[in-house]
Amino acid sequence: MEILMILTVGVLVSVSTYLLLTKSLLRVVLGIVLLSHAAHLLFLTMAGLKEGAPPLLGEEAASYADPLPQALILTAIVIGFGVTAFLLVLSYRTYKEHKTDDLEKLRGSADE
Amino acid sequence: MNNIVLLPVLIPFLVGVILILFRNQLPIQRFVSGVTTLGLVGISAYITYLIYQDGIITLELGNWPAPFGIVLVGDLFASIMVVFASIVAAACLFFAFQTLHPDREKYYFYPFFFFLLTGVNGSFLTGDIFNLFVFFEVMLISSFVLIVMGGTKYQLRESFKYVVISTFGSMFFVIAVALLYSVTGTLNYAHLAERVAEAAQQGQSGILTVIAILFLIVFGLKGALVPLHFWLPNAYFGPPTAIAALLGGLLTKVGVYSIMRTHTLIFTHNQDFTLTIILILAGLTMFFGVIGAVSKFDFKRILAIHIVSQVGYMIMGLGIGTTMAIAGSIYIITHNMIVKTALFLFCGATEKVTGTTNLKKMSGLLKTHPYLGWLFFVAAISLAGIPPLSGFFSKFALVLGGLEAERYFIVFVSLVVGLLTLFSMVKIFMYVFWGSPSLSPEEVKKTKVGKLLIPGIPLVIISILMGILAEPVYLLFEAAANQMLDPSIYINSVIKE
Amino acid sequence: MKTNYLMLHTITRVVSFIILSFSIFLFFAGHNNPGGGFIGGLMTASALLLLYVSFDIKKIRKVIPFNYPVIIAVGLLITIITGLNSLLFGDPFLTQYFEYYNVPILGEIELTTALPFDLGIYLVVVAIALLIILTIAEDDS
Repeated sequence: MEILMILTVGVLVSVSTYLLLTKSLLRVVLGIVLLSHAAHLLFLTMAGLKEGAPPLLGEEAASYADPLPQALILTAIVIGFGVTAFLLVLSYRTYKEHKTDDLEKLRGSADE
Repeated sequence: MNNIVLLPVLIPFLVGVILILFRNQLPIQRFVSGVTTLGLVGISAYITYLIYQDGIITLELGNWPAPFGIVLVGDLFASIMVVFASIVAAACLFFAFQTLHPDREKYYFYPFFFFLLTGVNGSFLTGDIFNLFVFFEVMLISSFVLIVMGGTKYQLRESFKYVVISTFGSMFFVIAVALLYSVTGTLNYAHLAERVAEAAQQGQSGILTVIAILFLIVFGLKGALVPLHFWLPNAYFGPPTAIAALLGGLLTKVGVYSIMRTHTLIFTHNQDFTLTIILILAGLTMFFGVIGAVSKFDFKRILAIHIVSQVGYMIMGLGIGTTMAIAGSIYIITHNMIVKTALFLFCGATEKVTGTTNLKKMSGLLKTHPYLGWLFFVAAISLAGIPPLSGFFSKFALVLGGLEAERYFIVFVSLVVGLLTLFSMVKIFMYVFWGSPSLSPEEVKKTKVGKLLIPGIPLVIISILMGILAEPVYLLFEAAANQMLDPSIYINSVIKE
Repeated sequence: MKTNYLMLHTITRVVSFIILSFSIFLFFAGHNNPGGGFIGGLMTASALLLLYVSFDIKKIRKVIPFNYPVIIAVGLLITIITGLNSLLFGDPFLTQYFEYYNVPILGEIELTTALPFDLGIYLVVVAIALLIILTIAEDDS
């Protein structure tokens, strides 16, 4: 199972790298989103995939899952959600102002 | 257990939230935020005094004991950083009162200003590496909003790049934390320090070094180390000067602080390798930062690129790794926060006078605005490291530490860079303040800058005081460095057994 | 051609209430079971969003005339004040207190300071989710 997860992470990272290197604003944003997914999935996998009951009161099980990575990932997801929303609005505004979504044209010169 | 260490994090957050409710009442916003920042300076100074007297203060949030719950830890280094961050924030705030356009102020400038401060102070005081990530994000998201505030074409374009790069760095942060957690099974600084030492002895030194370098990349991206600095000059050029000064004074220092914290406390298992890498990066950062500045002819841009070069000095002390060098590092971080902010504020005042930041379009301001000219001069030579100002003594400690540790090459680089810094500061001074006045007498009357200089004056005075009172100031920083170099003090005050 | 939204409207009227009540259930289930302010808030936001999507934004704005930034501020204030109240007892910030009470009819219920904390989070999440989506959606230019 770990192998499968790691492979998924690898695919996500490579896709996001491809997207980050493209010239369209929206694709770059999508690349960031996919990269964040890859990071979260990696976190889940690295902490160890275990079988066990959720660590809640009243569950009487032999083993419990580690709640810490899940809590951390949830936090990271929420942060990623906020940043993604901001990025989307920012890229939309950039597109509106500059009338282009091509990063090549958004380079700007060194002195202006 | 002492709740006082929470206040530098909680007060800005609370005030920021309350100010959302007063969006359209600018006088209330200004009054409340002014009082708060001044209060923060006082509170953080008091906390530093307490820590200096009684040792490290820890706070276990929610009453959960240390390795399991979240802790805030105030040691001397962290609290010194909080004091200087508060001073910088206060100066920028009072400058913003006078220069920011009311439209920008109404777009939640003050709430985000305080959220930024929450993130910065939280990053300094947290005792937990995941919380460092969270506070980093609080700080970064606020900085995104501040940097794009106003939404000019240039700002939008450069902010997009800044946001993408920062977010990219944050994702690496998550990955690095994940790897660290899988090796050690904990995220608390003090607990990590113990576990990393154990794991390194059990033959996991290699992967821990990889993780250490991964963290170095993450923090280096935030702290603008060469070759990860490329986003900084353009991003800081766009926003109004008050905001650029705030970000330039605070953000990179948080990255530097995190590097120093992790590499003195946690990743101490393979210092021969990691510290050498840091030293190399320090040399590159200093040199290329200052070379970039030498070639530019724009006031604000030169200052922005100088941030990069100064970051090199801060890291250099860590790379040398002796008490004196680290004390020098702390000295130069604090000195730089003060002086760099002052320079940015004077740059803002100059921009207000001449309407441009292009050096070639202005001249002769020394005749028409002598106070501005001389204040800038003092701050500039302090940055370059002329005695008896703070810049000299901070570099002196650093260089002496380097010589004692027999790191001659990096010392040589730092001295050359100091010379080039002086050169680019003198260049600004010559272009802006010498020559025949470019403004007519009527224009001079319209552009009184007296009030604009008020936030900068205390900063210059602090810089002079940090030079004249170098002895006690250095002793304080040396105490902080001693605390950092002996991780057991930190560990024992967090994990009580 | 005028599109007929009859199906959407009818279903929305029913479904949004189901989602709303489920979100309230989730909110109260928190602390010791899966649920809580965050997930409850997201559910509520999705119910309200369904209303915005199927009816007109302007119409719903009349029905739900909230100023979302203010709600965010109020929610954050509630959470901070809940955390601060532990300072009164000399405990660290965010210390949680709880007590079990026997109430007639309902039986034993648990009163905890986590509940107002969650309420604050609930408000923040609802307001932020709606604010983000409406900000993007409203720009027609």
